[in-house]
Amino acid sequence: MSLDQSKIRNFCIIAHIDHGKSTLADRIIERTGLLTSREMQAQVLDNMELERERGITIKAQTVRTVYKAKDGEEYIFNLIDTPGHVDFNYEVSRSLAACDGAVLVVDAAQGIEAQTLANVYLALDHDLDVFPVINKIDLPSADPDRVAAEIEDVIGIEAHDAPRISAKTGENVEAVLEAIVEKIPAPKGDPEAPLQALIFDSIYDSYKGVIVFCRIKEGTVRKGMPIRMMATGATADVVEVGYFGAGQFIPCEELSAGMVGYITASIKNVKDTEVGDTITSQKNPCKEPLPGYKKVTSMVYCGLYPADGAKYPDLRDALEKLQLNDASLFYEPETSVALGFGFRCGFLGLLHLEIIQERLEREYNLDLVTTAPGVIYRVHKKNGEMIELTNPSNLPDPTEIEYMEEPIVSAEIMVTTEFVGAIMKLCQERRGVYLGMEYMEETRALLKYDLPLNEIIYDFFDALKSRSRGYASFDYDMKGYQRSELVKLDILVNKEEVDALSFIVHADSAYERGRKMCEKLKEEIPRHLFEIPIQAAIGGKIIARETVKAMRKDVLAKCYGGDISRKRKLLEKQKEGKKRMRQIGNVEIPQKAFMSVLKLDDE
Amino acid sequence: MELYIHIPFCERKCAYCDFLSMPATLQIQRAYVEKLIDEIIGESGGVRAYEVTSIFIGGGTPSILPGEYILGILQAAGDYFDIRKDAEVTIEINPGTLDEHKLECYREAGINRISLGLQSADDWELKVLGRIHTYDDFLKSYQQVRLAGFSNVNVDLMSALPGQTLSSWEKTLKKVTMLRPEHISAYSLIIEEGTPFYERYGTGEKAFPPLPDEDTEREMYHMTKTILEEHGYHRYEISNYARKGFDCRHNTGYWTGVDYLGLGIGAASCISGFRFKKEGNLNTYLEMASRKDFPSCIYQDIQKLSVREQMEEFMFLGLRLTEGVSGAEFHQRFGQNMWNIYGNVIEDMKQQGLLRVEYPIVALTEKGTDLSNYVMSHFLLD
Repeated sequence: MSLDQSKIRNFCIIAHIDHGKSTLADRIIERTGLLTSREMQAQVLDNMELERERGITIKAQTVRTVYKAKDGEEYIFNLIDTPGHVDFNYEVSRSLAACDGAVLVVDAAQGIEAQTLANVYLALDHDLDVFPVINKIDLPSADPDRVAAEIEDVIGIEAHDAPRISAKTGENVEAVLEAIVEKIPAPKGDPEAPLQALIFDSIYDSYKGVIVFCRIKEGTVRKGMPIRMMATGATADVVEVGYFGAGQFIPCEELSAGMVGYITASIKNVKDTEVGDTITSQKNPCKEPLPGYKKVTSMVYCGLYPADGAKYPDLRDALEKLQLNDASLFYEPETSVALGFGFRCGFLGLLHLEIIQERLEREYNLDLVTTAPGVIYRVHKKNGEMIELTNPSNLPDPTEIEYMEEPIVSAEIMVTTEFVGAIMKLCQERRGVYLGMEYMEETRALLKYDLPLNEIIYDFFDALKSRSRGYASFDYDMKGYQRSELVKLDILVNKEEVDALSFIVHADSAYERGRKMCEKLKEEIPRHLFEIPIQAAIGGKIIARETVKAMRKDVLAKCYGGDISRKRKLLEKQKEGKKRMRQIGNVEIPQKAFMSVLKLDDE
Repeated sequence: MELYIHIPFCERKCAYCDFLSMPATLQIQRAYVEKLIDEIIGESGGVRAYEVTSIFIGGGTPSILPGEYILGILQAAGDYFDIRKDAEVTIEINPGTLDEHKLECYREAGINRISLGLQSADDWELKVLGRIHTYDDFLKSYQQVRLAGFSNVNVDLMSALPGQTLSSWEKTLKKVTMLRPEHISAYSLIIEEGTPFYERYGTGEKAFPPLPDEDTEREMYHMTKTILEEHGYHRYEISNYARKGFDCRHNTGYWTGVDYLGLGIGAASCISGFRFKKEGNLNTYLEMASRKDFPSCIYQDIQKLSVREQMEEFMFLGLRLTEGVSGAEFHQRFGQNMWNIYGNVIEDMKQQGLLRVEYPIVALTEKGTDLSNYVMSHFLLD
C-alpha cells in the first residue's frame, strides 16, 4: 500500500503537567472517529493503571487516526505521545524526533510553566513546527488574551490565532484538527532510499517478542526484510510491520518513508532496541545513523530488598520482566548485613524509581524494603584509581581517598515573584549555586541554579511545591561532576552499624542530617523491652544520638467473654507487625524506617 | 456451662464506656425483658445436656430495671435450664439505682453475688468519668447490700484515670479495703474508640485533666497489688483480686475455656468450639424476636475455632491467671505435649524474664504481666 506523504501528519502534543495534554489527545482520537465514545476510557492514551492514577504518561504511546478535513481530503494523523516528566527527558527528545510538528497546549489560567518552556525548546531543537493551543477556556479564571500575549512574549511564537479550546468539554477542538492539517508539515523522505528508521520506544510482548515503535525517515521496511540496529549491532528478520490502532496493533504490508508504525522481528530483549537507535536494512544499509542517539544512564540508585527474604527469586524474576519493557532499568545483585539478599537498582530519576517500586508491589505482589536513593559518586583514590560509587557501603577507607566528586544538574525553576525568596532559600539549603534570574513577566520569574543531584533526589520536588503553595515548576539537565566535601554517614542502632541506613552526604549538612535521621528513627522504631540508643556517626565519631525508651507496659486490663475475639485480633495485629520488622542484632526495625531518610525536610 | 445475660440500659452513658448500653424508657425496658425471656426459653432447647454452673447479669446497669424484671428473668432461666444448686449468680449494680425492694427481689431470684461499680472513692474523679453517683452514694448502696444479707460482694475500681494521682489512688484502695468486700476488680482505664474519652485522649494530644504517664500508671498497678495483699487479697488475674475462696467463678470460666452462652443483645457465646454473638441493635433485636426462627436468627459472626485457635486461646487466656497454665491440662484437652508446641516460645520468654516455669505450670512474671500482650502474641501459631 502506497501512501501519499502529503496526507500524513506526524505530531505530538507538548504541555506542562496537568495542562490537558491527555484530555486533548482523547478528544482528537474521538473526533477523528476511530473510537466510539463508549470505547473511550477516561484517558485513552494512558493505558497503564498506574499512569492513570498519577495523571502522567510514562511510556510514550502512539495512535494512528484518520481525519476527514474541511478540504474533503482524508489525512492520517500519527499522534505520538510523550512522557511528561524530567526523568524521561531523553525519551521525550526521541519521541519529538519522530514528529514533524508539535501542538503546544497551554493552560488558559496558569500560562507558561517551567516544563512548557523546556518542552518547547526541546521541540524547537528538533526543528519541529510548533503551534500553540490555549486550553481550559471553560475555567472561570481563564485569561486567554493574557496567555496568548505571554506565549508571544516569552516563547516568541505566533499565538494571536491560536485555537482557544476546552479539551474537557470538547469546545472548539475542530479548530485544532484543522490547524494540524494546515500548520504541521507533511513528512519528507524517499521510499526508495536505503532504510533509515528511528526507534522511539519499544515494548515486550510475550507472543511477538519486542515490538519496536519507529518512524521511517528514509526507505521502506517490509515483512521478511533482514534489518540491523546500528548502535547495538543487533540483527533480525522482520516478522510483521503495522501501525497503531487505538489500543491495538494493526498489521500492514510495509511502512515507507514518512510513516510511523511498529516492527516485530522475534527480538527477545528490549536492550537490543534502544530508544534513539537507527534501524537499517542489512542488504542495503544507509550510510549514517540518524543523529541524537545516546546511551541512557541511570542517575539514581537504591537497594531493593524483598521484605520476606524467601521472595528473593520472585523479586529477581519481576525485575527481569520489567526490564524487558524498560531498558533504562538497571539492576545487579547485592547483599546487606541488615536486609539480606537484594538488588542495587539504577533509575532515570526518583519518579522512575517510585514507578518501578509501585509496579513491583502491585503487579508482582511483592513487599519491598527500599534503601535511601543515592547518586553515582566518583571516588578518586590516592593510587590514581577512580571508582563510580553507587552503594555507600562500598566506599573505600577514608585514608585511601584523595577526593570525591558528585553530579551537578543545572536547574530552571519558574515561580511567581512572591515565592522567589522562599525558593531561593530552599536552593541555598540544598547547596545550590545561583546563576541568575529572568523575569518572564511582572509576576513570574525564572530562577537558574546549579544544584547537586543528591540534594534534589529526595524530596526537593515536594519541598518546592509546599514552599510555593504549588506554584513553582521545575526542570533540570545533567551538567557534570564537581569536586565536593562528601562524607559517609553511618547509623548505629543499639551500637550496631546498620549498613542499609548509611548514606553519603555533604560534610556541611552531615550534622543536621544525622540529627534528623536519629529523630526520625526514634519515631519509627517501636519500643523494645530494653533501651535502644540510635546514633549517627562519621568515621566512628558519634555526631548525634537519640534513645528509644524501654517498653514498660503492654497489657490489656480487661478481657471477658465478649472481649476475646477483639483480644485475638489485637494480638494477631501485634504479631503481624513483627513480621514486617527486620532484625538487627536484637532490635527489630520496621521496614519503613529504611525509607525515613527520604522525608527529612520539615518545612 | 455459664450464662451471661446482658441488660443494655443505664441512666446515662459514662465518658469512658464502650459497652453496649443506653438510656431507655420503662416501656422499652419491659419490651426487652419480655423478648429476653423468650430468648432464654428458645435457647434452652439446644443446650439441655449442659449443667449451668454460674450466671452473670451484666450491663449497662442491670439494677436500673425494676426488681421484678430480674426475678422474672432468673425464674425463666431456672425453669428452662439445669442450674446447679451451688451456682454462682452475680448481678452488676450501680450506686444511685438501688433500693431495698430490688435487693429483696434479687435474693428471691437466687442471686448470691453482688458486683458494685464504684470506680473511684474520689468525687472529682467520679465526675470526670461521668458517673452519676458520689462516694457517699456508693457507701449507702454498699450498706444496703450488706444489710440485705449478701455475703459475696465485688467492688469495681479503676486506676490511671484522668487527673488521678498515686496518692488519690492509694486513698481509694484504702477506703475500699476498710469495707472488706470479698472481691475487688481493679482495672487500668482503657481509652476505647468511639467514646468521649477517645476523642479527648485518643489522639495523643495533651488534654485536661491529663492521663497519668506510663511510669505512673505502672506504679499504680504495682501499688494495687501491694496494698491489697497487705489487706488479705490475692491477685488471681491481671486485674482481679479476692479474699481466699472468693475468686469469681464466672469470670475464671472465660479464662479457662468453660463454655458460655450469652443472652440478650450483643452478648457473646462460645459453645463446643463455636463462637458467635447475638444481634447488637436493640430495635432489630426487638423486631426479630417476633420471628419464628428466633433466637437462631439473631446469631452473628458464627465461627468454628480450629484446634490451633483453641490452643492459642488456652494459652493467651490462661496466662491472664496468676496460677498460669498447666501442661497437664493442655495435654488432657488437646492430647498433645504443650512443650512440643510452645517449647521454644516458653524458653524464649523465660530467658527474657517474662515467664516463670514450674513444670508443668507456666505463668507470667511481674514483668511479664506488665508486657502480657507482647508475651501472648508469641503464643499465636503460624
